[in-house]
Amino acid sequence: MEMANVSRRSFMKGAGLAGLAAAAGGVSLSSLYGCSPTEGDGGADAPAPVEQVIWTHCAPNCGGACPLQCHVVDGEIAYIESDNVSEGGLGGLQARACLRGRSMRRWLNSPDRVMYPMKRVGKRGAGEFERITWDEAIQTVADKLKYTIDTYGNEAVYSAYASGVCAGAVISTHTKLINLMGGCLGYYGDYSTAQITRAMPFTYGPSNGFTASALIEAKNSDLLILFGNSPSDTRMGGGNMTHVMAEIRESIYAKGGKIVNVDYRLNETSSGYPEEWLPIRSGTDAALVSAIAYVLISEDLVNKEFLDEYCVGYDADTMPEGAPANSSYKDYIMGTGYDMTPKTPEWAAPITQIPAEKITELAHDLANAKAAFICQGWGPQRHSNGENTSRAIVMLALLTGNIGLPGTNTGCREPMNGGPVGSFPSVPNPVTTKISCFHMIEAIDHGPEMTALRDGVQGKDKLDVGIKFVWNYAGNFFNQHSDTNHTHEVLQDETKCEFILCVDTVMSASAKYADILLPDTMRSEMMSLTTGGYGEWDFGITFGQKVVEPKFEVMSAYEFNAAVAEKLGVGEAFTEGKTYEEWNQYLYEQAAAADPSLPTWEEGIAMGVYRWKHESSVGLAAYREDPAANPLDTPSGKIEIYSSALAEIANTWELEEDEVITPIPVFDPGFDSYVDATDEFPLVCAGFHYKSRTHSSFGFMDILKESCRQQIWINPADAEPRGIATGDICSVKSAQGEIRIEAKVTPRIIPGVVGIPQGAWYDADPFGDKIDHGGCINTLATKRPSPLAKGNPQHTNLVQVAKA
Amino acid sequence: MAQYGFYFDSARCTGCKTCVLACKDRHDLGVDRAYRQVYDYEGGSWTAGADGSFTQNVFMYHLSMACNHCTDPACVTNCPAGAMQKDEETGIVWTDHEVCIACGTCDSVCPYGAPVLDSEAGYMTKCDMCKDRVAEGKAPICVESCPLFALEFGLVEELAAAHPEAVGAIAPMPADSPTGPCVLIRKAPAAKDAGDVDGFVGNEPEIV
Repeated sequence: MEMANVSRRSFMKGAGLAGLAAAAGGVSLSSLYGCSPTEGDGGADAPAPVEQVIWTHCAPNCGGACPLQCHVVDGEIAYIESDNVSEGGLGGLQARACLRGRSMRRWLNSPDRVMYPMKRVGKRGAGEFERITWDEAIQTVADKLKYTIDTYGNEAVYSAYASGVCAGAVISTHTKLINLMGGCLGYYGDYSTAQITRAMPFTYGPSNGFTASALIEAKNSDLLILFGNSPSDTRMGGGNMTHVMAEIRESIYAKGGKIVNVDYRLNETSSGYPEEWLPIRSGTDAALVSAIAYVLISEDLVNKEFLDEYCVGYDADTMPEGAPANSSYKDYIMGTGYDMTPKTPEWAAPITQIPAEKITELAHDLANAKAAFICQGWGPQRHSNGENTSRAIVMLALLTGNIGLPGTNTGCREPMNGGPVGSFPSVPNPVTTKISCFHMIEAIDHGPEMTALRDGVQGKDKLDVGIKFVWNYAGNFFNQHSDTNHTHEVLQDETKCEFILCVDTVMSASAKYADILLPDTMRSEMMSLTTGGYGEWDFGITFGQKVVEPKFEVMSAYEFNAAVAEKLGVGEAFTEGKTYEEWNQYLYEQAAAADPSLPTWEEGIAMGVYRWKHESSVGLAAYREDPAANPLDTPSGKIEIYSSALAEIANTWELEEDEVITPIPVFDPGFDSYVDATDEFPLVCAGFHYKSRTHSSFGFMDILKESCRQQIWINPADAEPRGIATGDICSVKSAQGEIRIEAKVTPRIIPGVVGIPQGAWYDADPFGDKIDHGGCINTLATKRPSPLAKGNPQHTNLVQVAKA
Repeated sequence: MAQYGFYFDSARCTGCKTCVLACKDRHDLGVDRAYRQVYDYEGGSWTAGADGSFTQNVFMYHLSMACNHCTDPACVTNCPAGAMQKDEETGIVWTDHEVCIACGTCDSVCPYGAPVLDSEAGYMTKCDMCKDRVAEGKAPICVESCPLFALEFGLVEELAAAHPEAVGAIAPMPADSPTGPCVLIRKAPAAKDAGDVDGFVGNEPEIV
C-alpha cells in the first residue's frame, strides 16, 4: 500500500500522546483544564475531575465506522470528540463522525437498553418479558437449536440479515457456531442492494458485478451524473463520502464542468446547488436513460467503436447467437424492436416528468463531456423495476465509451474498500440452499411451497421445510421488512417459526418478537478493533478499547455464542482456544505481518486511530486497456448489453403478467408504479435515507428525533388541495397499512410523489388498530418481490395522504 | 480587545447537523435546547407543462448559526442583572449563571435567537464559543465536528483575510445588523441576501 501526504512515523508521534495516557489509564492533558461533563459542576475549590480519553468507534451500517474519542469522567462518557488527530481539511484524512456518532453516549445510556437476559411471557409481539439467568438463556438457546436441527433439519435454521453492528473485526460470530452445527438456510441479496446485486453480473460478469471507480475519481471528470445517489444523505460521516463529494464539486466546477443530480427530491448532496437537481418521477430513471440514448443514437453521438469492441448486443453487429431478430438495444431505443416505440425525449417527458428539451440538453452534455462519471446509488434499484433500471443507467457510460478511463465510471455505485484487517473466520455453511433475503418471512409462512422458478430458491428446486428457528443478532428485520402487518401475522403464529432469538442493545420492534431476548454489549463496553468503514476510500483502523464498564447484565455476543457452543459440544471448535480480545489481536497481527508498515498492536492501541491514503481507482480499467488479455467473466467475455442468460430466465421462470425480465435493459414501470395509481391510492411514495438514522439504528433516540423530525415530504401542489400544512399529522394509507406522520410541505420534492425517510421505528398496536404512529414506511410497503432478484421494492408504493 | 468569530461555508454545508449534535453532546443539552441551529432556507415554485412534465426554480441551502458574539451585543446592553458578559480578552459573549434572573430579556432582544432558557436550572444559557476549549487553544466543538470542514473559528480579522469573498449575513438572517455579529459566511450559489422574503425556513419545527 502507498502512503501519501502523511508521514506515518511523525503522525504516530503526534497522535500518541492522548492515546498513551488513555492506555495507561492516566490523565490526559485536557483534564488539567477541568473539562467537566456538565456545566456549573464543581466550584473553584472542587478538585478537577479525572478525565480519561479512550477510543472506540461507531458500528451501524452507514459505511462509516467513524472513530469516537470518548472523554470519560467517573466511569461515564462525559462527551465525545471524533478524529481530530489525523490530517484535517478537505482531502485530508480526518474521519469526523456525523451527528449520530456524536450522540453515541445517549444510546449507551438509553433507558431503552436491554438490561438482562429475558424470556417472553406474553403473546409474541406484545413485548412482555420476564428476567431470566444467563444460564437459563444459554441452555434454552442450545436446546432449541438442537431440537430444531433434530426435528426439521438444518434448513429450518436461519440467521436473519442484520446490520446493527456492522463494523468490528469480531462480530456476527454466531454464524460460525451455526455452521459448526451443520449450517442453516442461506440467503442472497440484502435490503440495500438486492436488485443491482442480482442484475449487474449479467452485464459485467459475476466478478465485476459491483465494479466501479472510486467516487474520488469523479474529480477527474467534467460531467458527474448521479442517479438516486446522495452521498451527503447516505454516506454522512467523515469515515465516509460526504466530504469527498465536496472535494469533487470544487474540482469539477473549477474546470467549468457540470454536476447533474437525478432524484425525485432535492437531496442534501446538492444543498446550496439547486441547479444541479434534475427532478424525476420516482422509478422512471430507465425512461430518462432511454431517451438520452435515443438522442445519442439519432444524432450519431454514440461511440460505436467502443460498443463493437467491448460490448455485445448494442446493435445487429454484435448480437449473440440465438438472439431473435430486431432484439438489440438499438432496436429497442429506435422503435424497431421490443415494444416498437421510439424512445424520443417527447416519449419520456410525460413518464419522467422531465421536459423533452432538458433531456436533449443532458444528452448533448454527455456527448460533449471529455470524461463523464456516471454513477447510481441504491435508490433507483430498490424498486419493482430495479433490476432493469440499474442495468439501464450503465448504458450511458457504455454508449459514450465513458468507462475504464480516468474520470469515468462503470455506472454503478462506488466500490467498497476492504481494509487490511480480516474478520473473525467462520467455517463453510454445509447447507447450500438459499432464499432471497427478502423471502425470510415467506419462508417462515410457507417455505415448502417456495420453488426455484417462481420464488428464486437457489441450490434446490424447492424448499422442503419452513424456517423454524431465527437467530437475529443486532437486526431489526420486523421494522425493515416490507408489510409489517403481514410480518406480524406470520411471526405471532408460534406454529410457524417456533423459536426467535434476538440479541440487541435496545428494545426494538423486532426484539418484541423474541422468545429469548439477550442484552448485547455496546462497542464502547468492550475492546473493538475495526478497519475504516466500507463506504470510504481512505484506509483506517480504530483500536477501540473498553471505554466504560459493561452496564446491567450485558454480555458480549462472542462470550454468549461460545457458551452455547460449549453446551453443544463445539466449544473448542468455535473459540479455537482464543478469547474475544485474543481474536482481535490475532486478526490485527495477521494484517501487520502481511504489511510491516502497519504499527504494532501496542503502538496501535496507543495511537487509537491510524489512517492513511488510498489511491483512487478506475473501474474496468484493465478491461478497457486490453480486453483480450483481461476478458470479463460473462458468457461472451464482453460487456453484455444483451444477456442470453437473462433471456433464458425470462423464458423459464414463472412470472406474473406485470413482472418483466428482459435481456436488454428496458424501461418498464414495474408493478405498483405510477401507472397503477388509483383514486384510492393516487400518490407515488418512495423512501430515502435520513440523517437521524442509519436504517433503523439510532431510531429510538429522542435527541436525534427532535433535531431531525420524521416527516413526509409533500409538494405544495399535493398538500394544498388536501389542506395539509407543515407540522400537520397526516394519515398515509396504502393497500398494506396506515401510518401517522408529520407533514413537511416543501418544493424540494416533485409533485405527485411523496417521500418518507426509511427506518423510523414502528409504533403500533399490532393486535389492535394497527395504525403505525412511528411513521415506518414498511407498514405501507408491499411484500411482493421484484421479478429477478426477488428483492424488496420498498421505494415503489402507492398511497393516499390525508390530514389525520 | 481581540475578537473571535465564526466562519461558515454555506457552499459546503449539507445540513447534517453534526455541529448541533456535537454541541448538544459537549454541553449536555436535551431536546429542548440547542446553542447552534441549522436553518434550511428554501423556496421556489413548480410549473406543469402540457405534456405532463414540470419546470421549477426551487432553491435550498443551509445556514448553521450559533451566537454571533456581537461587537455591540444587545443581550449585554439590555440585561437588567448584568448576567450577560462580553469577555474583554476574546470578545466572547457568555452568561454568568450565578446572577442571571431568567427574565428572558436577552432572548427577546437578540436578533439571532441565541439565548435559551434552561428551565431546569432556572437561568439563561447560550453558546459561549466553548471558551474552556478556546482557553486551551482548541477550537469550539462544533467547528471541530464538521465533516465538511464548513465551519472555522478564529480572530475575526484573520478570518476576513482568509476569506475575502465572505459576507456578513445571508437569509434567513435579518438585513440589518446593528449589533455587529462576528460571523463570516461564504455564500452558496443558492444563497439569498439577508432579509430575503422569497424563501422560508423549511425546518421551523426543528429550531429550538
